[in-house]
Amino acid sequence: MATNALEGAKVLEFAEFVSGPFCAKLLADLGAEVIKVERPLVGDSARRKGPFPQDIPHSERSGLFLYLNTNKKGISLDVGTALGKRIFLKLVQWADILIEDHLPQEMEEMGLTYGALREVNPRLVMTSITPYGQTGPYANYRAYNLNTFHAGGEGYTTPSGSVDVDREPLKAGGYLADYDCGFSAGVATLAARLAQVTMGIGQHVDVSKQEAMMAIQRVELSNYPNDGQYSTRGMRTGPIGGLLPCKDGYVMVTAAENHQWLALMDFLGNPEWSQAQHWKDEMYRSRHAAEIQPKLEEAIRQYTKEEIYHGAQAKGCPIGIVYDAEDIFNSTQLRAREFFCEVEHPEVGRLKYPTVPYIFSKTPAEIKSPAPLLGQHNEAVLCDLLGYSRQDLVKMRQAGIV
Amino acid sequence: MNRGVLEGVRIVDFTWAWAGPYGTLLLSMLGAEVIKIESSKRPDHTRVRSLKAGRMDTSSPDHSTIFADLNYNKLGITLNLSRPEAIKLAKRLIAVSDVVVENFRPGVLKRLGLGYEVVKKLKPDIIMLSSSALGGFGPQRNYTGYAPTFAALGGLTHITGYADGEPKTLMGSVDLRSATATAFAILAALNHRATTGEGQYIDLSSRESVAVLIGDVLMDYAMNGRSQGRMGNDDGISAPHNCYRCQGEDKWVSIAVTTEEEWQAFRRAIGDPEWAKDEKFADGFRRWQNRAELDRHVAEWTRERTHYEVTEILQAAGVAAIPSFNGEELYTGPHLKERSCWVQIEHPVIGRRTTLGPPWNLSATPGKVYRHAPLLGQHNDLVFGELLGLSDDEIEHLRKDGVMV
Repeated sequence: MATNALEGAKVLEFAEFVSGPFCAKLLADLGAEVIKVERPLVGDSARRKGPFPQDIPHSERSGLFLYLNTNKKGISLDVGTALGKRIFLKLVQWADILIEDHLPQEMEEMGLTYGALREVNPRLVMTSITPYGQTGPYANYRAYNLNTFHAGGEGYTTPSGSVDVDREPLKAGGYLADYDCGFSAGVATLAARLAQVTMGIGQHVDVSKQEAMMAIQRVELSNYPNDGQYSTRGMRTGPIGGLLPCKDGYVMVTAAENHQWLALMDFLGNPEWSQAQHWKDEMYRSRHAAEIQPKLEEAIRQYTKEEIYHGAQAKGCPIGIVYDAEDIFNSTQLRAREFFCEVEHPEVGRLKYPTVPYIFSKTPAEIKSPAPLLGQHNEAVLCDLLGYSRQDLVKMRQAGIV
Repeated sequence: MNRGVLEGVRIVDFTWAWAGPYGTLLLSMLGAEVIKIESSKRPDHTRVRSLKAGRMDTSSPDHSTIFADLNYNKLGITLNLSRPEAIKLAKRLIAVSDVVVENFRPGVLKRLGLGYEVVKKLKPDIIMLSSSALGGFGPQRNYTGYAPTFAALGGLTHITGYADGEPKTLMGSVDLRSATATAFAILAALNHRATTGEGQYIDLSSRESVAVLIGDVLMDYAMNGRSQGRMGNDDGISAPHNCYRCQGEDKWVSIAVTTEEEWQAFRRAIGDPEWAKDEKFADGFRRWQNRAELDRHVAEWTRERTHYEVTEILQAAGVAAIPSFNGEELYTGPHLKERSCWVQIEHPVIGRRTTLGPPWNLSATPGKVYRHAPLLGQHNDLVFGELLGLSDDEIEHLRKDGVMV
């Protein structure tokens, strides 16, 4: 019996940076066989973004690239050459799934449209992850993570509850939008894979990054079409509490339900201001949040983040510490769940990598191999899998094709 | 062929709030039959509460637009799970289903007699997913949270905000991120079942579903012992890379220039101004070092134009630019119109409602949003009668007896 959920699924990745590689990584960590195609010499652009050990840039030592490309085989191939294209098409024939992130016009120029690839492999699932999808006036517009976050509407309202609305709207930290799009594409890709397995059909999966970002804003975004209103950064949001400073950092307080509020008050020693009967009423509190908020803030300030977190949670109030990376590495909960696992890589050695957010009882995810060095599996793929000779490979190298 | 991938897959959905329901909504868009189990004793809190607005309204369980937007396509039944008869009915339902999803606090479903060990005896190839704040085991398994709690504990909040300011949180969207991971995990398990016939149990942590989205930030700690802070719209190396004010009230455009080629294209597109020739902006590193000054120059140019004009000029030159869209623009803009992103669904209490369709376009098995969110207990007769074969009298009795409420 298969020990990996996606065992047997063959994936060709023709994508770079975050979204496409993350989508393929999600599949690879669950057992899919992924061959990643990178441009010769330069490789995936994530290789040139940090973090790097000791901040010394090196194309084989990017933390971003290493994280996003575990469990993959890597080849370097110039798909723009005639032979490169021929090899690529052989790989399309081999693959069940192609994950790519090129603008529609670029795929067209290379002669690699879904229509063309379906000729080569009728059962192919082709997932195209592009900034604005395959159709429409923006189809060939470019976007980076910053643009994608703002294109989906969440940027306009970030930071919410801002006191200085003249400042620019913000993206979330890191490459959140690009990661989000990778996950969304993963859902669609697995759906199409299931149809391939159960119905024997292939298809084209059109993932617009903008729409992937809008999707997770669906509640917020339905306000305008139905009520003619949209949110701005200036609006205060959330129930009483929110992001509050404490003695040694910040905590997130969401005492939304009555029992949670009472639990929080219990933790705070039932201060006098909270004891009037009307403050124990959820409806009253929600209408008069502004009055009681300062008192709550003052009370929270008296504690350290660990005191409030464990103390209030023990009473039943959902409070979280604003964790930084170090806190996450030190979390006893994450350690108990083995959220990090050690991976050995020839260039950076042994490091702890974050794994996956789900634990499967029968087919747990596993990091079996580190991210590939650029072109590491050229021989395994071109010779062993596709049948080119070692001499062919030497010539391809000389011609700059691999 | 034009049917959903998950047609014939039945999901028993015990989830509530945002994260669970959006996960099953995604699966319902793909054709799964999702049966949502609720009770008037414990209605889904989005039926009465708006966490975002900090409001509640208990006058009816059926007029919440938040509930409506997160529960399209589903069938809704009521079972008072504190009654043994209700547990028996839930078991009968599970026995004819493929997937069970729940987001009770860890251990609650087990105490109700519906833990995985029991469930898999009812249906050996069942797939069961439990979604919780911090996961089903570990010292903090009983800790609870909402979307902003996951964002905080997942490390996202700490790195979000202006470089000179406090941390900032995202709200409900964080739950929908966790929901996306839920849908992904269930689809992976369905793929495994399709090839092996084997079901399994999945323990998903919402906080971890956030942490995997900042993997590179965690790698920086692993490599350098460094905890990254807040950088606003900056990516630490590119400039221009920000939102710039445009003509109009609170209108902004995002511009990202990351390569020398793009910088040259940008410079030409904005008319090759004198300031752009300054030594200070001669290469990528100096542009980034001097980004505050660079941003002021760029803003002088954008301020004279609408965010749509800026977008058009820069995209024509191959430079990534797009407005920081507000809710109105995402509804009225031409691009999304042409892609038919919005659909309309009639709701018996709320009326006609416009909502987003599926976030992806599958050419052979398109997803869809086709039915309004269930009224509380709307499909009791259908599910208990037609599916489980209870008679009208039995249903009536269970209703009166407080089981099916």
